[in-house]
Amino acid sequence: MVSLRVSTPHPVRTMLNLQGYGPSILEGTILSLEVSIASLGIAMLLGIIGALSKLSNSKPLRLVAQLYTTIIRGIPDLVLMLLVFFGGQVFINQIGPLVGYDEYIDINPFIAGVSTIGFIFGAYMTETFRGAILAVSKGQLEAGSAYGMSNFLVFRRITLPQMIRHALPAFGNNWLVLIKTTALVSIIGLDDMVRKAGLAAGATRKPFTFYLVVAINYLIITTVSIYLLKYLEKRYSVGVREASD
Amino acid sequence: MDLSIILDNLDIYLQGLKNTAILVSLSLVIGLLLAVPLAILRTTGNWFVQAPVRAFVYFFRGTPLLVQMFLVYYGFGQFELIKSSILWPLFREAYFCALFTFTLNTCAYTTEIIRGAIKATPVGEIEAALAAGMSKMKMYRRVILPSAFRRALPAYSNEIIFMLHGSSLASVITIIDITGAARIVNSRYYSPYEAFLTAALFYLGLTFCIVFLVKRLENRWFAHLQPQVQEKTQRKPV
Repeated sequence: MVSLRVSTPHPVRTMLNLQGYGPSILEGTILSLEVSIASLGIAMLLGIIGALSKLSNSKPLRLVAQLYTTIIRGIPDLVLMLLVFFGGQVFINQIGPLVGYDEYIDINPFIAGVSTIGFIFGAYMTETFRGAILAVSKGQLEAGSAYGMSNFLVFRRITLPQMIRHALPAFGNNWLVLIKTTALVSIIGLDDMVRKAGLAAGATRKPFTFYLVVAINYLIITTVSIYLLKYLEKRYSVGVREASD
Repeated sequence: MDLSIILDNLDIYLQGLKNTAILVSLSLVIGLLLAVPLAILRTTGNWFVQAPVRAFVYFFRGTPLLVQMFLVYYGFGQFELIKSSILWPLFREAYFCALFTFTLNTCAYTTEIIRGAIKATPVGEIEAALAAGMSKMKMYRRVILPSAFRRALPAYSNEIIFMLHGSSLASVITIIDITGAARIVNSRYYSPYEAFLTAALFYLGLTFCIVFLVKRLENRWFAHLQPQVQEKTQRKPV
C-alpha cells in the first residue's frame, strides 16, 4: 500500500500568504502616503500662519490663533473628521442651491480627510513653529531691520532658515503622529491601506494577517521617517557647535 | 441647529460619557502599573531583558491605535489556539478588546515617558542613596521613582489627553462611547452638527478637567520649586 502523505503547509507561511492581495495593500499604502503628505502641506501652511498670528501685535489675530490651537487640541481627531465629513456634506448641500447649483453634491472623502488632518495638525504645528520662531535670537532680527530689510525679507532670510533647526525635533514628532492619524481616513471610506486590509480580510477570513501587514507597513514608514529626520537635523545643525558630546 | 435633538438624546451621551470614562481611566491605571516595572527593566536590565520591552514599545508607538485595535478585535479570531482557549469569551467582546488595546498602547507610551524620567535622575542623588547604604529596591522606592514621577508628570498629562482622544476609536468597533453616541444620533436624525459638536463639547470639557487636575497636582508636587513669596515679604532687612 502506498502511504498517503497529506502535506500540511507551514503555519507561518500560511499566515503570511497574502493570496494575491499584496498589490491592493500596496495601492492603499501609496494612498496613505499621499494623504499624509497632502495633510502635512496644509498643516505647515496653517502652522506658519498660526504661529505668526500668535506672535503678531494684533489682539484679535492672537485671540483667533489661541482659540484655534486650544479647541483643536481638546477634541479627538475622529470626532473632527466625522464632523467635517458628515457636516461638510450637509453644509455644501445647503449652500449649493443658494448659489444656483441644484444637484446633490457628494463630499470627496480624500478632501475631507486631508483637510481635517491638515487642520488638526496645523494647530500642533502652530505651537511648534511659535516656539521655533521665539528661539531665533532677537538681535539678529533687529540687525536685519537695521539693514533696511522689510519684515518679509527678515522672515525669509533670517527667521526661516534658523527656525527650521529649532522646529525640526517637534516637527518630526508631529509628522510621526500625523502618519498614524491617517489610518482614520479608512473610517470615512477612503481606500487607504487599513481599509484595503479590511476588504482583503473579509474576503480571505484572515484579518490578523492583513492588519499585521499594515502594521508593519506603518512601522517601515515611521522608521524611515525617523532616519530621514535625524539626517535633516544633523544637516540643519551644521553651523552649531555643541559642548563635548 | 436643533437643540431638542441633543436634549432628547442626552441619556445616550451620558451613557457614552460613562463608557469613555471607564475605558480611559481603567486603561490608564493598568497601563501605568505595567509601565513602571517595564521602564525599570528598560533602564537596568541587560540586553536580553531590554530587547522584548524595546520591541513592545517600538511596535505600539510605531503603529496606529486603530490598526492595533483591529488586530485584536478582528485578528485574534483567526487563531484556533485563541478561539479554543478560555480567553475567547473575553476577546469576543468589543469592550474587552478596546480595553486590552488601549491598555497596551498607553503602557508603551508611558514606559517610554518613565524611562526618560528615570534616565534623567541626577547622578548625585543615586550616589547619595548608595552612600547612605540603601539597597537597590529601597533606592528605587525612595529616591529614583518619586523624582522620576515628578519629572514625568508634564509628559504624562499629555498622554492622558491623547488616551482620551484615542478612546474615541472605540466607537469604530461598536462601543457606545461619546463618539459612538454621536454616531448613533447622527445616523438617526442625519444632523451631523448637533451630533458631533455635542460630542466635541463633551471631550473639550473632559480635556479641560484633566488639564485643571494636572495643574493642581503639579502645584502640589512642584511646591518646592514655587517662588516663596510669603517668606520673602516677611524677611526684614538687617
